[in-house]
Amino acid sequence: MSDPAATAALLCVRDLAVEFRIAREAPRTAVNGISFDVPANRTVALVGESGSGKSVSAMAIMRLLPDNAHVSGSIRFAGRELTSLPTSEIRALRGGAMSVVFQEPMSSLNPVFTVGDQIAEVVRVHERLGRRPARARAVELLGEVGLPDPQLRVHSYPHELSGGQQQRVMIAMAIACNPQLLIADEPTTALDVTIQKQVLELLARLRRSHQMSVLFISHDLGVVGEIADDVIVMQAGEVREHGAVEQIFTAPKAPYTRALLACRPDLERHPRRLPVVEDFLSGKVPSMVDAPRALRADQEVVLEVTGLTKSFRLRDGLFHRREVPAVEDVSFTLRRGQTLGVAGESGSGKTTVGLTLMRLHQASAGRVILHGADGPVDLLGLSEAGMMPYRRRIQIIFQNPYASLNPRFTIGHILSEPMALHGIGADTPARLGLAADLLQRVGLPRDALTRYPHEFSGGQRQRIAIARCLTLQPDVLICDESVSALDVSVQAQVLNLLLDLQDEFGMAYIFISHDLAVVRYMADQVLVMSQGRAVEMADAESIYRRPRNPYTRKLLDSIPRGLAGRITG
Amino acid sequence: MQRLRHDRLGMGAVAVVGVFLIMIILVSLHLLAADWADERGAHYANPTFLGPGPDDLAMIEPPPGKMLDLSAVDPLAPHYAQIEQRTRQLETTQRPRVRTLPFGGDRYGRDVLAKVIKGSQVSIVVGLASSLVATLIGTLLGACAGFFGGRVGDGLEWLYNVFTSVPYILLIFAFAAVSGRGIVSVIVILGLTGWTGVYRLIRAEYIRHANREYVRAAQAIGAGPLARMFGHILPNVSHVILVQLSLNVVNFIKTEVILSFLGLGVSVDSVSWGTMLNEAQSELILGKWWQLTAATLFMAVFVTAFSIFTDSLRDALDPKLR
Repeated sequence: MSDPAATAALLCVRDLAVEFRIAREAPRTAVNGISFDVPANRTVALVGESGSGKSVSAMAIMRLLPDNAHVSGSIRFAGRELTSLPTSEIRALRGGAMSVVFQEPMSSLNPVFTVGDQIAEVVRVHERLGRRPARARAVELLGEVGLPDPQLRVHSYPHELSGGQQQRVMIAMAIACNPQLLIADEPTTALDVTIQKQVLELLARLRRSHQMSVLFISHDLGVVGEIADDVIVMQAGEVREHGAVEQIFTAPKAPYTRALLACRPDLERHPRRLPVVEDFLSGKVPSMVDAPRALRADQEVVLEVTGLTKSFRLRDGLFHRREVPAVEDVSFTLRRGQTLGVAGESGSGKTTVGLTLMRLHQASAGRVILHGADGPVDLLGLSEAGMMPYRRRIQIIFQNPYASLNPRFTIGHILSEPMALHGIGADTPARLGLAADLLQRVGLPRDALTRYPHEFSGGQRQRIAIARCLTLQPDVLICDESVSALDVSVQAQVLNLLLDLQDEFGMAYIFISHDLAVVRYMADQVLVMSQGRAVEMADAESIYRRPRNPYTRKLLDSIPRGLAGRITG
Repeated sequence: MQRLRHDRLGMGAVAVVGVFLIMIILVSLHLLAADWADERGAHYANPTFLGPGPDDLAMIEPPPGKMLDLSAVDPLAPHYAQIEQRTRQLETTQRPRVRTLPFGGDRYGRDVLAKVIKGSQVSIVVGLASSLVATLIGTLLGACAGFFGGRVGDGLEWLYNVFTSVPYILLIFAFAAVSGRGIVSVIVILGLTGWTGVYRLIRAEYIRHANREYVRAAQAIGAGPLARMFGHILPNVSHVILVQLSLNVVNFIKTEVILSFLGLGVSVDSVSWGTMLNEAQSELILGKWWQLTAATLFMAVFVTAFSIFTDSLRDALDPKLR
C-alpha cells in the first residue's frame, strides 16, 4: 500500500476473505475481500447488521474461527503476518498483545472459579508471575476497571456480580497484559443502557491510559458514534463505507450508511413511517417529515389496570418462604387505538406486567378491567375456563421470534390453532384460507403455510407471530420487547407494520421495551418502571422533554445518540 | 414418512426390522422353527460348514489282546441268535443322529439355527413390548412432573426415589412374586421397573420446555395444559423418547436373561436369546462356540437395525433436517 499511514498502522487487514465449508454444500462466503487498518491509539468501529461478517472478521484476526473456515488474504499485526504464524506464537499473542472482550459476560466467565483466579490465570500464563503477585495484580486491575471493593470482589464468583460488573471483569482480563489491540465484540449489547454508558466510558478511559487501539464491533451506530474515531460500515461481508466518524455521521456517502442512520428511531424526529433500507438502496429518499401521533383522548377505554402487584415466593431454607416483589402497585388506563409504552431496565418488572395481564402469571393483587360489548370484566377474578373467551381480546407478542414459534409445527398449524381453539372459521380449509390472508397482510407469501419456522428469518418469524395474534382480532396487543432481537432495518419494517395494523384494526398496544428511542417512536403514553414500581407516567412528548423523576432523567441521558453524545472523558 | 423413505440407511433398517417381525409372526403360527425342540443331531453337532466332528464312539480303541469266550458261563448265550432274530422283526423308529447341523447343535443335539429363530420370538416380543410400556410410563410421569412441578412434581420425585433406592433384582423379585410367571408377566415386570431412566430425562426436558416462549404463546391463545403438554411440547422432546426406546429394547432383552436365569422368566421348555447366551457360558469351555455366535449375531443385527430405524425416524420427524 502506498498510503504511508497504512504502513504505520498497528493492524493492517488486506483482502481478507472467509469461507465456511459445510459438508458437501457449496462454501458459504462470510467475508468477501475486506481491507482496513487500525492505527495505533485509535478506536476503529466495525458496524453492520447480523450476518454482515463483522464478528467473523474479528475472530479471523484472533485466529479463533472453527476448523471449517477457510481464510485468505493478509492480516499484519505490528509487522507480523498473522495468517501464517504458528499456533504457539498466536497463543502467546492472544491475551497478551491482542485481547478480546465478548458480548455475553455471563457465559464468557467460568462459573466455578472466582473472578480473582480467572484474572490471575491470564497474568500467570503470559507474564509468568507467581501466585501472590498475580493475585495482587488482579486486585489492582479490578480497581482500575472501577469495581467497588476490589480486595473483597476478587473472591467473588461470577454469579455474585451484576452483568455490568461481570463485563468489567472481562475487560480487566483483557487489559491484564497491557495489550496493544483490544477487540471488543458487541461488549455492551447485553447490558442495560445506564450500564452501557458506564462501560463505554471505561473503555474510552482505558484506551487512553493504556495507549492501546480498540477494534470496536457493534450493530448500533448510536454507540459507535459515541466512542469510535474511524468507522467501517459492513454489509453482506463487504465494506460499504470507511471514514472518520464525523464524516460518516454528517456526510454519509453510501446509501446503506444513510439507511442505517435513518431507520433507527431517534428522540428528535418522528416521521409517520420509518424509512427502511430498501428505500435508500432503490434511490428514493423517504419523507422524514414529522408527523406526531396525537393522543386520542376521545376514544373509549378498553383496559383499566389498578394496583397490579405480583410477588414471587421463593423457597428460603427448608420451610421458610420469602416473598420477592416483582411488580408493585402499577396502574394505568388504555384507550382504543392508543399505545402505552412501558420502559425500564432489566429487572424492572416490565415483562412481568405483560405476563400478569395475560394471566400467564397469577397476580398477587390488583384489578385488570377489560371493557367490551358485554360490560367491564375483571380478568384477575375469572377462572381459567372463564378467562377463555377473553383470551381472544388480549394477546401478546414475545421478544424472541426464534423461541416463540413451535419448531415442530408448520406455519399453517401455528396460525390455525388459535382459530380452532376459539371456534373461528368453519373447518380446517376455511381456517387455512384465513391464515393465508393474514400472512399476506403481514407481508409474507401465501405458500408459507406449509413451511416450518426455521425456514424464515427473524423478522419474518416476528411477522408470523403477529399474524398469529391477528387471527383472534384482539382489542389489546402486548408487545413484549417484540423488536429488540431484530436488526435495525428489520426493526423499522416491523414497527411500520405494527403502526399500520393499529390504524387498520384499532388495536390498543402495550409496548414493552428497554429501548427508549423505540418506545418514544411508538407510544402515546409512557410508563417508566424501576425495580417493580412505576416511577413516572405521562404522555410521550412531555416525558421526553421534561422528565420529572431523576431515574427517568438518568435513563434518557444514557441513550446512545451518536456524535451528539460523544464520550470525551 | 416421505422423508423416511428418502433415507436409504433408514429404509434398510426398516427392511431388517420387518424381516424379524415377519419371522416371529411365522414362528408364532408354527410355520417356522416349529420343530426346534427335536433332538436331531449328535451331542454338540458341528455346523455343516465345519464338516462332521470326530465320532466319539469310533475313537474308543478296542482293548488289546484276544476276546475271552464267555459262552460257557453266560446264561443268555443260547438265546442270542433268537434275540437278534426278534430285533430284526421290529422297526427302528428313532432316526440316526445326524453328524452335522446347519449351524451346529446344542447339548441335546437340537438345531441351533431353529433354536435361535424360535428364541427371537420371546426376546423381541419381550424387548419391544416392555420397552414400550416402560417408555410410556416414564414419559407420562416425566411429563406431569416436569410440566406441573410443585406438589405433583414432589410426589413423583418421591415415587422415583423409592423405585431407584430398592436394588433392581429385589424390585423385580417383588413384582414377580405378585404377578407370577410367563411372558406377559415378564413384560409387566420390566415395564413397571424400567421407567425410571426415561422419567428422569423426560422430566428434565419438560422443565426446560415448559417456560419456553412458544409454550407461553400457546397458553396465551388459550391452549389447555394437556394440549400444551402433549400437543406442543411432546413433538419437541420426541427425539429423547425415541433414543430411550431403542436403548431400552437392548436393555430389556438382556434383563430377560437374568429373569430366566432366576427362574422368573420364560419356562424351561421354551427358548429365548437370553437362555441361549446363558447356556453358551459353559459350552465355550468345551470349544462349542456356535450357540453363542448365533444368538449374538441375531441380537446384534436386530438391535443395530432397530436403533438405526429410531435414529432415522428421529431425523425424519425433525423439520430442521432435510
